[in-house]
Amino acid sequence: MPIDYSQKIPNNVQLADDRTLQRALEQWQPNFIQWWDDVGPDESAKLDVYLRTATSVDPQGWAHFDYVKMRDYRWGIFLNPAEADRKIHFGDHLGEAAWQDVPGEHRANLRRIIVTQGDTEPASVEQQRHLGLTAPSLYDLRNLFQVNVEEGRHLWAMVYLLQKYFGRDGREEAGALLERTSGDENNPRILGAFNEKTPDWLAFFMFTYFTDRDGKFQLAALSESAFDPLARTTKFMLTEEAHHMFVGESGVSRVLQRTAQVMNELKTDDPEKVRAAGAIDLPTLQRYLNFHYSVTIDLFGADQSSNAATFYSSGLKGRFEEGKRSDDHLLKGQTYKVLEVQNGQLVEKDVPMLNALNEVLRDDFIKDSVAGVGRWNKVLEKAGLPQRLVVPHKAFNRRIGALAGIRMSPEGRIASEDEWKAHEAEWLPTAADRAFVASLMGRVVEPGKFAGWIAPPAVGINRQPIDFEYVRFG
Amino acid sequence: METAVAADAVLIKQHLIDPEICIRCNTCEATCPVGAITHDDRNYVVRADVCNLCMACISPCPTGSIDNWRTMPKVRAYPIEEQLLWDELPPELSADQLAAEGVAPEVVAAAAAEPVLAVKPEAANGEAPFNSAAYGATVPPWSAAHAYTNLFGPKTPTTATVVGNVNCTETGFHNQTHHIVLDFGAIPFPVLEGQSIGVIPPGVDALGRPHVARQYSVASPRNGERPGYNNVSLTVKRVTEDHQGRNVRGVASNYLCDLKVGDPVQVIGPFGQSFLMPNHPKSHIVMICTGTGSAPMRAMTEWRRRLRKSGKFEGGKLMLFFGARTQQELPYFGPLQSLPKDFIDINLAFSRTPGQPRKYVQDLIHERAVDLAPLLADPNAHFYVCGLKAMEEGVLLALRDTAAGSGLDWEQVAAALKREGRLHLETY
Repeated sequence: MPIDYSQKIPNNVQLADDRTLQRALEQWQPNFIQWWDDVGPDESAKLDVYLRTATSVDPQGWAHFDYVKMRDYRWGIFLNPAEADRKIHFGDHLGEAAWQDVPGEHRANLRRIIVTQGDTEPASVEQQRHLGLTAPSLYDLRNLFQVNVEEGRHLWAMVYLLQKYFGRDGREEAGALLERTSGDENNPRILGAFNEKTPDWLAFFMFTYFTDRDGKFQLAALSESAFDPLARTTKFMLTEEAHHMFVGESGVSRVLQRTAQVMNELKTDDPEKVRAAGAIDLPTLQRYLNFHYSVTIDLFGADQSSNAATFYSSGLKGRFEEGKRSDDHLLKGQTYKVLEVQNGQLVEKDVPMLNALNEVLRDDFIKDSVAGVGRWNKVLEKAGLPQRLVVPHKAFNRRIGALAGIRMSPEGRIASEDEWKAHEAEWLPTAADRAFVASLMGRVVEPGKFAGWIAPPAVGINRQPIDFEYVRFG
Repeated sequence: METAVAADAVLIKQHLIDPEICIRCNTCEATCPVGAITHDDRNYVVRADVCNLCMACISPCPTGSIDNWRTMPKVRAYPIEEQLLWDELPPELSADQLAAEGVAPEVVAAAAAEPVLAVKPEAANGEAPFNSAAYGATVPPWSAAHAYTNLFGPKTPTTATVVGNVNCTETGFHNQTHHIVLDFGAIPFPVLEGQSIGVIPPGVDALGRPHVARQYSVASPRNGERPGYNNVSLTVKRVTEDHQGRNVRGVASNYLCDLKVGDPVQVIGPFGQSFLMPNHPKSHIVMICTGTGSAPMRAMTEWRRRLRKSGKFEGGKLMLFFGARTQQELPYFGPLQSLPKDFIDINLAFSRTPGQPRKYVQDLIHERAVDLAPLLADPNAHFYVCGLKAMEEGVLLALRDTAAGSGLDWEQVAAALKREGRLHLETY
């Protein structure tokens, strides 16, 4: 299929002049569309969706709103504008010129980093593919689809890097990104959290709040990379990632608002009464939070990792806001505290900072997450309710690293196996919780109307009114 | 044209971020071209004295929290130290509270009547509001020349020298518009018709802070006000009152209008990469402007005139729709009259000619609908709108009527105009 490059693929990478890349994309693009048709948003082909499309990287160009059919979305390739004479600002190559091409000795590691990041993008589209059928409003349906097309664009961004800089290997990896499938037993997505189901909208909001925030921190760390095209690509992706976290943060916030309203109207904090009134009770919300938080912090990897040290020292991946930190940016001989269990007790242990960089990034993520949970609690506070949501202990329900498999209460007490079994249903969502939430899910498609378990948003998208027809059914 | 608010106005619309809706994603801070936005662990905030209302942060904000405004006496603008502590936005000050700050009630009423952004009330029939700004292209025509932008920023301005400054409206008349020529000497400052530059007035504002730059469209073509010289011209209206008729003295406009030949001026830019003219043979240009919005139109017209004179360009219609309050206030009225009729089709509207009905550019568009409709559908025709914000919606609605009147589907036409970089809006 021939491609009109300037129209079809908005880009600032001189695509029209790069025949090799054109040929690679021409092969890949039909497979991408096929993938979108096969496992992208369910029953969405005929919908006209009020979407934001990036058409250039300047403020006027990257937030262009219009009705589009998602299949015709203009998935573009954008790099943040180049910084003249950019220097590597951390690791062993500190002070040297940033790389415009991939150094041979870092090729395998860079490819692995890009493939791992790239794999998460189509994975989340697959995880969320059925949600459109139960959207609580047109506004939310539009937000879901916006997240979906932007995850698609992020896939394009990673595929661009693979095809442009990694030759034949890169083209093969780009193809494989469309072959793995979330939750597939034989050919699953690379990371565990991206093989979990996103079965309902509460899970979706929690996912976009927590798991897309992992995306933010990974992208932010990569945007510091010595490999300049990767740094510039991920920097631009961060602006879109912000929308995904907005969907999560405001989504949960609106659920809380509705729950608080029902609790006040009924003057009750009895979860059963809240459920009977068609809202999601606070303990269920807390359990969902516990689950998504703990699954997401596993994504940062083992707390001690020689790969993390190598990635940093060789300049492939920095820390969150590396450029704003005022240490030596080498980290040699420095230490960082990580948790481990000794003799049934949780203890802090000093380990070399370089090996603990996964933990450093995880702790930055935790700080950012906690701040948002604080804003959720403001909703409860404003409604005059004494209850609060809390993030569980870092060691709760972990599957990766030194804390994997430890039985631990959300408050951070080591628990016996019996105690865990006795309380698991209070700490993590149960099948009954999920069935209850699923029972609330029904599609609302009348402009301005919202399902009974969620409050309307404070403002519309792009200054449109809340009852704007964000999605038109063909 | 002067796009910043008059700096010595009593009231400002202070730009604020709603801490209840903001998710602290940092997009606004990363986008702000003048560094007006900052944050701590708690809130993202806007420095009122640095923000130049350029709106670059508005559409990238994922939440809409960025789009909040409070009418404040300038000297009482909320400092960032206070904003950082907020859990929610403060309410608008009441008329009484403003009066207590020494602001006259009629000033408050006038300010309230003028929103910073043209947010239209929802249409009563439940349809989406007509949002004229959404129709503007963000890409230039395909045959536009490459535009250089941001060669000189606020921290690294360059210096130009005034080589000319004349009043180009009728002398002795109350409202003055000056034609000012700036020369860059040996400093490269390439500009295209439709681009703008920023001028930084010297000195400090009432609170002792340096003035921010004001943006002006260049009125001269790419090869100089004087062909072959490294100079540009600006069309500057001396601001003596604001849009509501209150007495204010525009800092930048009065500074510029008072300049003498030989004076140095601090300049930044160039700015703009989509409001650019087509260069391919037989491309048509429709220009719709009011007042000093004529600057880019003069630049484009003059470039086409020079090309034609040198025999390098033939064909391609120029249509001009130009509005002003009176003929005396119309900048470049004299020179405009001497352009050949077969070169440019001129349509003038005066809204305050004594004894005549008020006439606006959109009335002219309706009158010329028969000639304009084919151009809306012609991929070689490009539309440019420049002037006061208030004209934008009227002009777009008139173009919509023009399309509908000849059986064209406006939304399709508008989509093509936008996609092909054929409709450009620059209003302030």
